[in-house]
Amino acid sequence: METLDAIISQYIDPYYLRIMVLIGINIILALGINLITGVTGQLTMGHAGFMSIGAYTSAILSMQYGFSYLAALLAGALMAALFGVIIGIPTLRLEGDYLAMVTIGAAEIIRVFFLNFEPGGKAVGMAGIPQHTTFITVWLVALIIILLNVRLLNSRYGRAFYAIKENEIAAAASGIDTTRIKILAFMVGAFLGGLGGGLYAHYMYYINPQDFGFMKSIELLNMVVLGGMGSIPGTILGAFILTLAPEMLRIVSEYRLLFYGALLVILMIFRPNGLLGNVRLYDLRKRWWKKEVETWQS
Amino acid sequence: MAVLSLENISQEFGGLRALDAFNLDVEESAIFGIIGPNGAGKTTLFNIITGIYTPTEGNIVFQGRNINQAATHKIACLGIARTFQNIRLFNKLSALDNVRIGCHGISKSGFFSSLFGLPSMLHEEKQIKEESKQLLTLVGLYDKREEYAENLAYGEQRRLEIARALALKPTLLLLDEPAAGMNSGEKAELMILIRQIRQDMKLTILIVEHDMNLVMNICERIAVLDYGRKIAEGSPSEVKSDERVIQSYLGAGA
Amino acid sequence: MFWEQLLNGLTLGSTYALIALGYTMVYGIVQLINFAHGEIYMFGAFAGLFLASYCGVNILVALLGAMAFCMLLGMLVERIAYRPLRGKSSRLSALISAIGVSIFLSTLMVLLAGTNTRRYPDVVPNHTFHLAGLDFSLMQVIILLFSAALMLGLQFMVKKTRIGKAMRACSQDLDAAYLMGINVNRVISFTFAIGSALAAAGGVMVGIYYNAVWPYMGTMAGLKAFAAAVLGGIGSIPGAMIGGISLGILEIMGVAYLSSSYKDAIAFGILILVLLIRPQGLLGQKISKKV
Repeated sequence: METLDAIISQYIDPYYLRIMVLIGINIILALGINLITGVTGQLTMGHAGFMSIGAYTSAILSMQYGFSYLAALLAGALMAALFGVIIGIPTLRLEGDYLAMVTIGAAEIIRVFFLNFEPGGKAVGMAGIPQHTTFITVWLVALIIILLNVRLLNSRYGRAFYAIKENEIAAAASGIDTTRIKILAFMVGAFLGGLGGGLYAHYMYYINPQDFGFMKSIELLNMVVLGGMGSIPGTILGAFILTLAPEMLRIVSEYRLLFYGALLVILMIFRPNGLLGNVRLYDLRKRWWKKEVETWQS
Repeated sequence: MAVLSLENISQEFGGLRALDAFNLDVEESAIFGIIGPNGAGKTTLFNIITGIYTPTEGNIVFQGRNINQAATHKIACLGIARTFQNIRLFNKLSALDNVRIGCHGISKSGFFSSLFGLPSMLHEEKQIKEESKQLLTLVGLYDKREEYAENLAYGEQRRLEIARALALKPTLLLLDEPAAGMNSGEKAELMILIRQIRQDMKLTILIVEHDMNLVMNICERIAVLDYGRKIAEGSPSEVKSDERVIQSYLGAGA
Repeated sequence: MFWEQLLNGLTLGSTYALIALGYTMVYGIVQLINFAHGEIYMFGAFAGLFLASYCGVNILVALLGAMAFCMLLGMLVERIAYRPLRGKSSRLSALISAIGVSIFLSTLMVLLAGTNTRRYPDVVPNHTFHLAGLDFSLMQVIILLFSAALMLGLQFMVKKTRIGKAMRACSQDLDAAYLMGINVNRVISFTFAIGSALAAAGGVMVGIYYNAVWPYMGTMAGLKAFAAAVLGGIGSIPGAMIGGISLGILEIMGVAYLSSSYKDAIAFGILILVLLIRPQGLLGQKISKKV
């Protein structure tokens, strides 16, 4: 892998390589939100909180306790998953925007916690995290995550997630334990958030609590909504576009965020269901199936 | 033996008594009808049986088990499936997926075997798909299996709900106004379907319905509800000739 | 000490309440979390600053001017970014559009005014009152009185006027209101105008009280005011008032008696606790699912 990375870095400009790495990390993070919000229909606006838990846990473990890269990543992701369950429990009783508010609040509390967290360097943050994350590792992990996501969504669990979003009462009447499945969605989503956070920390070398504020959560949520809620290809596309957009908009330098904001409004007006809204893998299959039937009939 | 017994069920909504000391015994493999005017408490009864509401008073006994406090999904897994008066399908999923979701309660694959696609899970998936296709064939929707549920015609949606409910392999099937909004041709087909389901799957069917003709035709036993109370019970001919039923259901002038 | 903190909390709380009202009124009618509302508040603070520094007006004119400006701004935002989405898209796309507006407005202000923190000129004399053993600053008195007046005015408008009745009808059922001949678009526009004006008043008063105005001031204030609206029960006008005031008081008390470094976490901690006990907020109505 290292030699592969060495070869790649010889041929690709470091600036583009960096963008590609960030796209890979954002795909993993956005897929987590897609699972909770896009597929299961539970609005989360605090994903950066899970990300920060993964980032800090893995950074501290690899810097101060000598954990290997992989073990640190996994531990960070598991820690985030644990918090996902804790935050998922209010979903038993809360719905829609009340739930959104709780996720915002929880993420803010996590951020303030890290601002006062001695081992994490308080507001200064942590520097000197080993830079293990490379182009190859990120994309390897991202590919595995994408494949597992496809797997999961095509299983009885995936169907249960969609069922809860579509009609919770009918889902329960079909024997789906809606409470458990919703917590499961939060747990898996948070796991991916923590994993992305760990990858991010081991790429950036330096992290501090302000990296994981409300705007970060929103940025990630935008990828899912823009790409198309509940759609894996859409989420990947959204992560590509919204990671690239700020870079492309660098030409307009200080007007960058102005354009970004306007872009969101315009896209929502013209593509309210996202670019690939409702395009799921089986829709593509369905088109293929129809064609097959037609040719067979003729 | 009674599959389902309701003992002294009462349900209050903020002082309003929707059901009042209601008793009912549904015999095994019967087609049992519940009729009554609007607001008589028929749908409330279904919501109590399926655990969406917990009754204020009384007991619900299903196959000798008290299910008063059981959650909706638990009751479904025990073998009570239902359809809804105001159709509740998973609109943005295909007809096939709607039925496959119906299999959730009786399938067993764990989270990790689903995630990694272990052979046992793939085998179960295959079975689910086969059974779902058979059910779609039964209700005459096989050719529409890849359509989104929301794109189906009204009558088709009602039949898809029945297929989804049957996917649970229930011992008791609750149909909440299955003929609502259907024309007479569709109603005739529905009656054949209901009889066939009972015969093929050996289950008990409880129907709440407005359409007198349908209920009188296929039900062996009928209970009449009015203002949350049972005012009559018996065979269709007994109910038809009952004074109180004629008074309250068909109106005093009838 | 305690009573003084209570007074400080009441002052902060009434500004939260003013912002929270905008969230709750808009939410009550179109079920949209208007994330740009915090930026409207920030624009109000800057508009007041502009009037006070460059036009040398007194505080009342600055307040009214900022309110009028933000009324127009709020209506403009609704017209451009929300109305085209209404009825044909999910609530989440409207939410993202609101976030887009929020990013746009705060960046616009950075471009116009820079990122530095600005201060109001001395529009309010630094006068202190002593009453019943308590020290009041003049600004505190102004905030409390002006907020109370605005809230009473709002209550009167919603309960007694024709447009208020139309607003209440729209919050019950938008489609039915439309069928009854209410010009729904105009009512929504008006709701945005009123909410924005209240936020602008909050912005100007906070700007003077804390002597600081900067382009990103709307983010945290907006989040906390939204938390206050949810705390009180979103959609309920008295709920937003009570939610705002109690959040302000609890936050000041928390800072005074617990820890100042956890200031921003206190508001959200309280909110989560309350929602766990009362999922519909303090004054919200319990929505029972219809099957």
